[in-house]
Amino acid sequence: MSQYLPTIGIECHVQLKTKTKLFAAVSNDARGAAPNTLISHICLGMPGALPALNEKAVELSCKAGFALGVSPQKFSKFDRKHYFYPDLPKGYQISQFSDPVVIGGHVDIEVGGEKKKIGIVRAHLEEDAGKTTHPAGADYSLVDLNRAGTPLLEIVSEPEIHSAHEAKAYAQKLYLLMKYADISDVDLYHGNMRFDVNVSLSKDAKKLGTRSETKNLNSFKAVEKAVEYEIKRQAELLESGKEIVQETRGWDDAKQKTTSQRGKEEAHDYRYFPDPDIPPLNLSDEYIDKVKKDFEKKNFYTIREKLEKAGHLSDDDLDTLFNNPEAVDFAVAVIEGEDAKPGPVSKLFDWLINVIPSFIEDFSALTEDKIDGLLALAKAVDEDKLVSTKAKDGVKQLFHDTSFNVEKFISDNQTLSDEGEIEAIVKKVIENNQKAAQDVANGETKAIGFLVGQVMKESKGKANPQLAQKLITKRLQG
Amino acid sequence: MTDLTWKSIAELAEEVRSGKTKAIDLVGKSLKLIDKGKAYKPIIATLEKAAKKRAEEIDANISKGKDPGRLAGVPFIAKDNFLVFGADTTAASNILKGFDAPYQSTAINKLEAEGAICVAKANLDAFAHGSSTENSDFFTTLNPHDKTRVPGGSSGGSTVAVALSMAPFALGTDTGGSIRFPASLCGVVGYKPTYGLVSRSGVIAMGSSLDVIGPITNDVNDAALVLDVMAGKDPMDMTTIDKPEELSDLADRGIKGLKIGIVKEYLSDGLDEKVREVTENTIARLKDAGAVVNEVSLPSSKLALACYYILCPAEVSSNLSRYDGQRYGYNYKDAKDLDESYTLSRDVGFGDEAKRRIMIGTYVLSSGYYDAYYKKAQLVRTKLIKETAAALSDNDILVGPTSPMTAFKIGQNVGNPLQMYMTDVLTVSANLSGNPAISLPAGKDGNLPIGLQVIGKQAGDKELLDISKSIERILK
Repeated sequence: MSQYLPTIGIECHVQLKTKTKLFAAVSNDARGAAPNTLISHICLGMPGALPALNEKAVELSCKAGFALGVSPQKFSKFDRKHYFYPDLPKGYQISQFSDPVVIGGHVDIEVGGEKKKIGIVRAHLEEDAGKTTHPAGADYSLVDLNRAGTPLLEIVSEPEIHSAHEAKAYAQKLYLLMKYADISDVDLYHGNMRFDVNVSLSKDAKKLGTRSETKNLNSFKAVEKAVEYEIKRQAELLESGKEIVQETRGWDDAKQKTTSQRGKEEAHDYRYFPDPDIPPLNLSDEYIDKVKKDFEKKNFYTIREKLEKAGHLSDDDLDTLFNNPEAVDFAVAVIEGEDAKPGPVSKLFDWLINVIPSFIEDFSALTEDKIDGLLALAKAVDEDKLVSTKAKDGVKQLFHDTSFNVEKFISDNQTLSDEGEIEAIVKKVIENNQKAAQDVANGETKAIGFLVGQVMKESKGKANPQLAQKLITKRLQG
Repeated sequence: MTDLTWKSIAELAEEVRSGKTKAIDLVGKSLKLIDKGKAYKPIIATLEKAAKKRAEEIDANISKGKDPGRLAGVPFIAKDNFLVFGADTTAASNILKGFDAPYQSTAINKLEAEGAICVAKANLDAFAHGSSTENSDFFTTLNPHDKTRVPGGSSGGSTVAVALSMAPFALGTDTGGSIRFPASLCGVVGYKPTYGLVSRSGVIAMGSSLDVIGPITNDVNDAALVLDVMAGKDPMDMTTIDKPEELSDLADRGIKGLKIGIVKEYLSDGLDEKVREVTENTIARLKDAGAVVNEVSLPSSKLALACYYILCPAEVSSNLSRYDGQRYGYNYKDAKDLDESYTLSRDVGFGDEAKRRIMIGTYVLSSGYYDAYYKKAQLVRTKLIKETAAALSDNDILVGPTSPMTAFKIGQNVGNPLQMYMTDVLTVSANLSGNPAISLPAGKDGNLPIGLQVIGKQAGDKELLDISKSIERILK
């Protein structure tokens, strides 16, 4: 099977983060709304209704262009794509056919330590259709137009992806790019990003095989598994001398397989033509520059590089960090801070990745006014004034207690480093834990940890743990 | 006995504002005249209840010292492709019979904001497809000058309503001549503004890149006042432009020194002799009054009609897609499945002309034909825009006949759609180029009116209206 080279292209519909629809001043957030409550005469395709373009959607598309590494097109326009379906009220969808807002660009991925650039063909703005549901056993279907007119950016990759892993990495990276630049809510569960994967196999790397298109995948795992399945299915067909049918397929998550949806692909004639209701977009240099400036604050690649250079976080940690744009902003604010010494900052970043997420509800709690307190705590640890575990208590209080006073906390919980005082505690602990002391004396190092813990407990977390261990070992093992 | 004429709109509004006349009396007079002229069948529905209620509100407001606006209490009639509260909006089509508009067109809202009162909805060729009102799915309107003849179309109902004094003004839409052509055949003033000057929001689309909204009136002053109220940028229509200047305060600057371009293609073959005679006489009179007359050529105008009947049906086929019988309008009840519901709702709901244009439009937009038809027609359109602009850089206006003929007999062209399309030959160019144009009553053949078409510069509506006022004086 390895003799076949899989070639994969991915189309992704990204729902843009606008308050209102692409062509109507109606709320865009259909989550939880009763059917057909977020509609106007425009969404319904009433007689005489005309589209009024949402400028925010244009701005976000331009930002998406920059996130993909290219400047948006100065000239683009909207076209009508015609077909009849109950969830398409006008009988046509407004999309960008011949002149999309973004042409070119790339997404950088890394799979198995190997870096790769996946080219982008184009990204175009279009309105979503409504939602049709077919209740089981009913002789009718239901149409909900809440989603009709929601702004989508369809991002089309070059067919430069060659494995299921790469497909998944591409989808994940696209997700991060859209999320970090605040272009989309990227809520996969609610279909904010929907992937269509085109998969074909061929023996000759220069010639593409017949492709299948598996539509509407809404998780990274589904992207990976669908591609994996298609590669296997097509290879088996080819091996047994059968032909691949060019068709649209769907993903059955329960059965973990793709299934044919339409049989042989119909040759649609959508009769595209420029929408006469919408003048072409002519973006001025000033406008593009302004959007670019705004975007640069949220440029994934440059911010990531900045944080990499700062050197406090591993690649894995950075991946984790970038899942939460607020955490990234916070991290940037920390390293751009004036008197951030490397030691305390590293400690702070350790907390940011491993400690803080466990007790905050969401990352909007990471406000810049927390930085000084955190750095003071980290500095105290660095200077052995606070025991690390004690400092973590402080970190938690800092987020939860508005009257938290960091100076007072540090002085109240100052690390106990006086050998005499610790010696007294050690003595007491050994007396109370004869069995463990005996184990240590017999060379069982594991028991030392237990005794150190007891010393910490006895000292209310203030004892210098290294010193405590040293004194215990000295006393029991000579 | 009811007075059969109206004072000027400005005078009527002033009388209402000053309390000299009551809005309710103007509405009453209008409704009476609508009833009186019903044999000509220009009206689909009256808004008697809503109109009287509004009139009473306006009168009450005036007695409280409030100013209802520049069109206080003035009744008007809207073509039935304007979405208006108070009566169904049908576009004279069976597929929209019983459609109760959930919102109003911007043009109507603006008129109402200045105190005007819509009293009735006028007949048209269904979806404005036609030039005689014979394509109305309901009935044909008759020409007030000869009952056996058509009034022209598609805004035939609105035009006849004004010609019969049913209201001081009416609204029409003009996609290929639908305001100017019937105005010419009925002897009234029909104004087609620059494309984008009046919002199309809430007006049932025909050819979106060609459609404009304009007034049908008794004289140029009235047209200018109504236009001024309706004009300007509308957030609900992205193709609208700002009103470049105040349009209603017209100045008759006289004819002396006026540079008039005579488009030679407009006076070529195919004109009725009497139409040619009236047009040439008018030009001679303008020359006598001091105008400088230059012959100009718009070579692409010969292709304009062909170009129009590609672009317009293309847009029509798209714009009529929404009438699928699912959400509003006519629905075929006994369909077996969705496909049949679409097919039969549209088959029964649309008339022959709508189907004809859907088929032509679908064809020219189909893959393989798009480049040969739609794209090529757009190139011609661009060329025509340039030629028109060039002709108007040397001349203040372009002048010619509005229609190649006077009102024809009812039924005469029904079996011959191509002959019917030829009626638009002199008017479509201004729609393709977007220039403003007006039809002024210029003479008669027996009792049948003949109109003069005056075309102005892009967004030069004020200048065109000023000049039209001067020409109107010469013609009277």
